[in-house]
Amino acid sequence: MTAERRNNIATILITLVAAVVVIPIVFVIAFVIIQGMGMISWEFITSAPTNGMREGGIGPALLGTILLTLGTAIVAMPLAIGAAIYLAEYAPNNWVTRQVRLAIVNLAGIPSIVYGLFGLGMFVLFLGTGTSILAGSLTLGLMTLPVVISTAEEAILSVPPEFRTVSLSLGATKWQTIRNHVLPHATPGIITGVILGLSRAAGETAPILFTVAAFYLPELPKSIMDQTMALPYHLYVISTQVPGMPTEIQYATALVLLLVVLLLTTFATIVRTIMRRRREW
Amino acid sequence: MSVVTPRQRVLEEHRQPHQIPDEEKHSTNRKERVIEFIIKLCGVSAIFIIALIFLFLLREGLPALTQVAISDFADARWYPIEGKYGFTPLLFGTLLVTAGAVIIAVPLGLVTAIYLGEIAPTWLRDILKPLIEILAGIPSIVLGFLGWLVLAPLIQKAGAPTGLTALTGSLILGYMALPTIISIAEDALYAVPKEYRDGALAIGATRWQTIWRVVMPAAKTGTVTAIMLGIGRAIGETMAVMMVTGNAANINNFQANIFLQPVRTMTATIAAEMGEVAQGSTHYSVLFAIGIVLFLITFAVNSIAARIVGKQSRSRGSSL
Amino acid sequence: MEPKIVIDSLSYTFADGTRALREINLQIRPNQVFVLFGPARSGKTTLLRLLNRLSDLTEGSQISGTITFNGRNIFAEGTDVITLRRKISMVFAVPTPLPGTIRDNMTYSLRMAGIRDRSVLDDRTVTALQQAALWDEVKDRLDDSAFALSGGQKQRLCLARSLAMQPEVILLDNPTSGLDPLSTAMVEESLVILKQKYTVIIVPHSVQQAARIADSAAFMLNGELVEIGDKDLFINPADQRTEDYVTGRFG
Repeated sequence: MTAERRNNIATILITLVAAVVVIPIVFVIAFVIIQGMGMISWEFITSAPTNGMREGGIGPALLGTILLTLGTAIVAMPLAIGAAIYLAEYAPNNWVTRQVRLAIVNLAGIPSIVYGLFGLGMFVLFLGTGTSILAGSLTLGLMTLPVVISTAEEAILSVPPEFRTVSLSLGATKWQTIRNHVLPHATPGIITGVILGLSRAAGETAPILFTVAAFYLPELPKSIMDQTMALPYHLYVISTQVPGMPTEIQYATALVLLLVVLLLTTFATIVRTIMRRRREW
Repeated sequence: MSVVTPRQRVLEEHRQPHQIPDEEKHSTNRKERVIEFIIKLCGVSAIFIIALIFLFLLREGLPALTQVAISDFADARWYPIEGKYGFTPLLFGTLLVTAGAVIIAVPLGLVTAIYLGEIAPTWLRDILKPLIEILAGIPSIVLGFLGWLVLAPLIQKAGAPTGLTALTGSLILGYMALPTIISIAEDALYAVPKEYRDGALAIGATRWQTIWRVVMPAAKTGTVTAIMLGIGRAIGETMAVMMVTGNAANINNFQANIFLQPVRTMTATIAAEMGEVAQGSTHYSVLFAIGIVLFLITFAVNSIAARIVGKQSRSRGSSL
Repeated sequence: MEPKIVIDSLSYTFADGTRALREINLQIRPNQVFVLFGPARSGKTTLLRLLNRLSDLTEGSQISGTITFNGRNIFAEGTDVITLRRKISMVFAVPTPLPGTIRDNMTYSLRMAGIRDRSVLDDRTVTALQQAALWDEVKDRLDDSAFALSGGQKQRLCLARSLAMQPEVILLDNPTSGLDPLSTAMVEESLVILKQKYTVIIVPHSVQQAARIADSAAFMLNGELVEIGDKDLFINPADQRTEDYVTGRFG
């Protein structure tokens, strides 16, 4: 076989494998949309489930996921942005900084179920929050940190270094420089990172299993100390724990969860694109 | 010169430098120091949090060691109701499902990375990369749900005694690990200097020869990292695995179709049983102990991967 | 007259071990244009960045020797770097407006110093723009983006921006590198006027420019100070290396 021939065969095979990987993604999403679309209505996404969850909607679960996502943002954002500023602007190249970076890599690698255990041990039991939106938000927030830190740091580092030099040379302090000429330009990137982190948090089940998620709770939570239903856990419950569950409701629930996550991701991409276009330099 | 005169005048009018009041200077300094302190605190918080996680796992999990004899952990049976906390079937389940996922995901992921990095035209890349990002974003519970409702029946139809098997778990997990492997491997390929490729092509190598003999070896460490992080991702996955592997905690006889038996992973065990145990019981502590093992495994995998990446970037930095 | 800046056996080594400056000794008198010239990578910019401690941004480097400004060693423990930079201001080779309007740029250093009085800000903006010969061109569009200016205007804006904080010393790192001859002439011309008020230290674009504008000059080569002199340096250099460079035998 000539090298030419081998090259052609290899190219074809590689392309085929890539197709095998990529085409199912489209298929999976299209499948969920087609199967679930029929059930989707305003009624479905706002009303509570009834008849042992075999009828009715997903209102409380959707609201719970929205609340948890907001809670995650409140917990993760300040800490993650602070850490990103530290790494990008302050951290000296030394042992401590290397340990911080290693810790972030490891935080990103810890299984989500272990975050769930930690949330149970520390927040629910040790700090006595009980299973509550507070405990769930704290757990999800910590889990989201590494993603937000890395993307925010990248965004900060992508601000042209001249701005820093010029600002400092004009007698601005380091923080003034960061506040006036680094953070404003890094904001779109930071927002993108935050939303990406949130989209992951919104879809997670394992961390909320023991910290907040309620099996079936048609009433809406009244405070952050209450339990709540949440979409991912609800999907788990109605697919494996409820006999005789109509598949249309299962698919519709999966579709709503998928849409929540994809909308967040798309939103992040749009923010990035629009803000980039506005850049002057 | 007429241009100079007005400016001369300006200079003469130039007043004494406007002094910055001392008070202002000091408050700026103090504010600066407070902010710097807060930012540093946020920075080192990552270390603090990871220590806290480990600490609380130990706090809840260590009692298990005093209540269950080490030899009992080696038992082949996991029957918490009878006080049997054999750890081997869970470890076996996790390793089996992960191994399957790696066997599926690594070749597919690497080849897809090669396609994206070396073969695909730019316009196609611009479509495919966001698509792969979307895959990374699909909640694991949704993939688990599809595995449960669609994939498992297919596998049963294909002749397995049940659809909920290690293979089903490996397929779903492998698919979930793909985005991680693809993106890191692609970065590694991208980091190979263009001169290598040009050099190979210039002496008459085909594109395939260039990829196989020049680009791949140069991207070796990055590829290893991709595989490691893919493994880390697979070991830790919970919900999807729990839904599709059948959750039978036993080591069956090692038959030829080892992948076609139901298994139970460490993560699934925690997720499935933690809701039903009494806080402070032996069973409860043992579940936390499993958490410690998971923590240590992923910690090791990620630290090694980070070290490889660090070495690679450092050696590249010094050669430039 | 008392020298404004005294550099005493100053050496500087980068983190990778490269010695950028070796044993520099130099005195700079006030109210003159002091030219630091020499071939590329001779240490001119490094020296300039040390003078207001922008060198702090370069991690891992080592400094020995002293730089004394108004009688004080700027490397001494407890030196207020922010105030130092307000007194010794820098204009860079590449015109770098900060994102924002022309007015934002002009008032930035003052606002950062805590001055909020609108009349002071306006006053300084006008004066500094006039000194930098830019006022007539921008007086009707102070609230336009600074990025809308031409290259030459941007560089004069950067100069004016430095002047607005009324420093004592202005450092100019090859400020005319990207400019057309007309803009270059405008900048050079403003130097003659600026030195009445300020001490100007400049890395010139060329030997010709150095000879045109210098009151005093220092020739640098491979991190060493070869020769110091006045305008005469360009006609009658004492050192053979200076002569070779000035006459274009290398560069």
